[in-house]
Amino acid sequence: MKRIIQLTINDKEYEVAVEPNQTLTDMLRYELGLTGTKKGCEVGDCGSCTVIMDGIPVNSCLVLAMQANGRKITTIEGLETEKGMHPIQKAFVEKGAIQCGFCTPGMILSSKSLLDKNPNPTEEEIRAGISGNLCRCTGYQKIVDAVKSVGK
Amino acid sequence: MSGYDVIGTEAPRIDAPDKATGRALFIDDMTMPGMLYGALLQSPLAHARIRGIDTSAAKQLPGVKSVVTWEDAGLVKYGVSPARYDETIFCHDKVRHVGDNVAAVAAVDLETALEAVSLIKVDYEDLPAVFTIEQAMAEGAPLVHDIYPRNISAEVHNEFGDVEAAFKECDLIKMTSLVNKRQDCAFIEPQGCIAYYDHSGTLTLYSSTQVPHYTQRSVAMVLGMPIGKVRVVKPYVGGGFGAKASANHMELAACLMSMKTGKPVKMNFEREQVFYHGRSRHQFFHTMTTGVKRDGTILALKHECYMNGGAYSSFGIATVYYAGSLLGGPYKMPNMKYDGYRIATNLPACGAQRGHGGVIARGCWEQQLDMIAEELGMDPVELRLKNIMTAGDITCNDLNMSSLGMKECIEAVRDASEWKNKKGKLPRGKGIGMACGFFVSGAGYPIYRSDTFHGTVVIKLTEDGGTALVYTASAEIGQGSDTAFAMIAAEALGIPLEMVRLESGDTDFGVDLGAYSSRQTLMTGHATKEAAEDVKRQVLEVLSKELNVPMEDMDIKKGLIVFKKEKPDFSGLRTRYIKEHRGWVDNPGAEDELSFREASRIAYLARGSIVGTGKYKPPELGGKFKGAAVGTSPAYGCSAQIVELTVDEGTGRIIIDKMVDAHDCGRAINRTSVEGQMQGSLSMGMGEALFEEVKFDARGRILNADLAEYKIPSALDMPPTEVIVVESNEPNGPFGAKEVGEGNIMATIPAILNAVYDAVGVRIYELPLNPERVHKALKEYKQKNKI
Repeated sequence: MKRIIQLTINDKEYEVAVEPNQTLTDMLRYELGLTGTKKGCEVGDCGSCTVIMDGIPVNSCLVLAMQANGRKITTIEGLETEKGMHPIQKAFVEKGAIQCGFCTPGMILSSKSLLDKNPNPTEEEIRAGISGNLCRCTGYQKIVDAVKSVGK
Repeated sequence: MSGYDVIGTEAPRIDAPDKATGRALFIDDMTMPGMLYGALLQSPLAHARIRGIDTSAAKQLPGVKSVVTWEDAGLVKYGVSPARYDETIFCHDKVRHVGDNVAAVAAVDLETALEAVSLIKVDYEDLPAVFTIEQAMAEGAPLVHDIYPRNISAEVHNEFGDVEAAFKECDLIKMTSLVNKRQDCAFIEPQGCIAYYDHSGTLTLYSSTQVPHYTQRSVAMVLGMPIGKVRVVKPYVGGGFGAKASANHMELAACLMSMKTGKPVKMNFEREQVFYHGRSRHQFFHTMTTGVKRDGTILALKHECYMNGGAYSSFGIATVYYAGSLLGGPYKMPNMKYDGYRIATNLPACGAQRGHGGVIARGCWEQQLDMIAEELGMDPVELRLKNIMTAGDITCNDLNMSSLGMKECIEAVRDASEWKNKKGKLPRGKGIGMACGFFVSGAGYPIYRSDTFHGTVVIKLTEDGGTALVYTASAEIGQGSDTAFAMIAAEALGIPLEMVRLESGDTDFGVDLGAYSSRQTLMTGHATKEAAEDVKRQVLEVLSKELNVPMEDMDIKKGLIVFKKEKPDFSGLRTRYIKEHRGWVDNPGAEDELSFREASRIAYLARGSIVGTGKYKPPELGGKFKGAAVGTSPAYGCSAQIVELTVDEGTGRIIIDKMVDAHDCGRAINRTSVEGQMQGSLSMGMGEALFEEVKFDARGRILNADLAEYKIPSALDMPPTEVIVVESNEPNGPFGAKEVGEGNIMATIPAILNAVYDAVGVRIYELPLNPERVHKALKEYKQKNKI
């Protein structure tokens, strides 16, 4: 039976009826149409469903929607403002850090979490910070370069 | 200076902002009103006769709209190569691997569809199965398909020159082998699709595919429809690397169920199903014997290869050819003999993966060349430089190296990595290794025999003259082809990139064979260039008449009309343009140069829509022998790599410290994309060398059908990479461009193998180089040498 949960997504209050076994990924994608959060494996291996929950990057496929009750969520859709793309998004575009783009939303959110905590990360810290996000296209070099360029 | 305004730059990809902001739509991001959800019933057994299928309970479940088996789908055979069509949408007589497709359901939601699938009862009679090449080729072994005696689904035997005679001239003959493990393309986006059969009788398939054209053709053939009634549309695709380069059962099942219900049907593979669908790199067993002269001149190669192909042929007939033919270069070699066998087994089908057919062969051979160099007392770089081909050389199997910057690539990586100071001089446990490779810039012939164009492109100017719309059926799957074609169109038309808008991946836009064999930049690029030149010609024709200036005295550059001689009075044209009320905020000033926008509006007024078309197909290529088509291409890209690594002798673990890669891509259309392809190749090659392996249990079930246990490189596994773009001017490429996506992966595995030897003195002939295997090899080495 569905339950009502309340949560904040991208600074907007939501009330959503969710099934007890529904993941946060599915709720975001299919109930709210926030399809920037991707589904690559559904078991927490690939990181393409990464969102930021109360300041911490999480695999939203491993979070039940019910567990997000009362939480504050940032998805990729929440990074762009009226002023345009977030500096990390701009860096990904300009540095060639995007190929197929399927890992990109999760990758950008992991990068944001890292930079929020550590504005000037070393290359090793960047690699560790995005190590939960798999990318099969880029070999990571340009992603690392992009994050580094924002850090500076 | 190249003299180009758009190409050769590092322009950001045109799709990057949408992808960075989560706006780019991939298949599972799409929904349609009234959409049904589909699910597949797949075999739990590796080899079993189907005695009966009972769908009655599934059909009765509320919410179920369609349940289909072979009885509904028919038994039209399809596959990749028409010579080896051996699949049907659903199995009817028997299942041939775990995950083979038996039935499908469409229902109001996914939960109902999955429940209905669980209610279908299949009566199986278990059959003995074959999983290895030895089992499959054994006397009296069960046959996966009756049509393949001894389970040989394809074989190749060819000889160029006279290998045995050449061996008699050799001072050193070396034989080695290499075996890899089955791999998975492991793109991050699983395959998915939405099929919609509408009231006009048109079937539209939206799919995560690399090949809209071939998929359209397969759907039409299997479901018995005119090709013109089938439209395949590719949204953004989350990587392909080969496994998405043919129609799959899920797409066909979704189409069938949409035709049955009249509703859109959405289906997705779960990650486990991606693995069971397979179609990625085969397992290869290569044995090679190379003969050289004392001075290092390569005279002959005798090569035998067995491939574990799995239950269906897929790309396999091409794979078994490529595994031999792609050793024809990049070294001069007058004699080559190849015997290749692709063996059917009761495992999921293998197909094509980045570097199709050539990667493990290259790994085997380039390790062997290193050993030969050592025995001859030559530096491995020198051995390669001594034998490399140069532009204009033709291989013994008739592949024409119309441009080949192999020497430049070798010298670039040598110099960038301080090779001379490091090779053989690093402390024990640290090693450096190098290797080379090359690859086609598009297959010379389509998968099915046809005189079709390989790519057609239409460019239309908007009526205001301000935008060139490029329509191509090519497949952007992450490699950056949309951006490359927009740049080529802008360059050829003489306008800034911002004035180009591009739509791709829709079979309604024309013919394009799709994203495989590194073909699009060269082939679709040619068609794009031709279409842009056609548009330009039409605009200048009108202008010539209007201004009474000969065509050849005008050009278009940077969005402006260039008058090579005296500038005519175009104020009349300008007044007409302004009176057309097409520029509200940015009408040209009196002193401005005549713009492309003004000119193309005038052209529209004279002729209606200005539409340019372009097309490309390669000239007849290759030799006359059987299978000569596989390996032919209008051009070949090549690369050289040097890898530095550390072997932990205690654990056998290998850490890659640095990779330097140089690639000759002809003219780089977009330098950032070229570098990205190189870096991505290094990553995939590194994963294959060190840890990627699809593992099976004794009953043909995959033990690691997920991205945790099937490990692909993470950001922590990848070392810093240095990529060096070596440009040549390929005469057969648009603006001199050729491939970059696959040639790079060729050199990675052997460069790592050679670096391991440099580090610890051990040669390993089996991949992946996981700690267990390396540790065991070290132990054996130490025992043997009493260390």
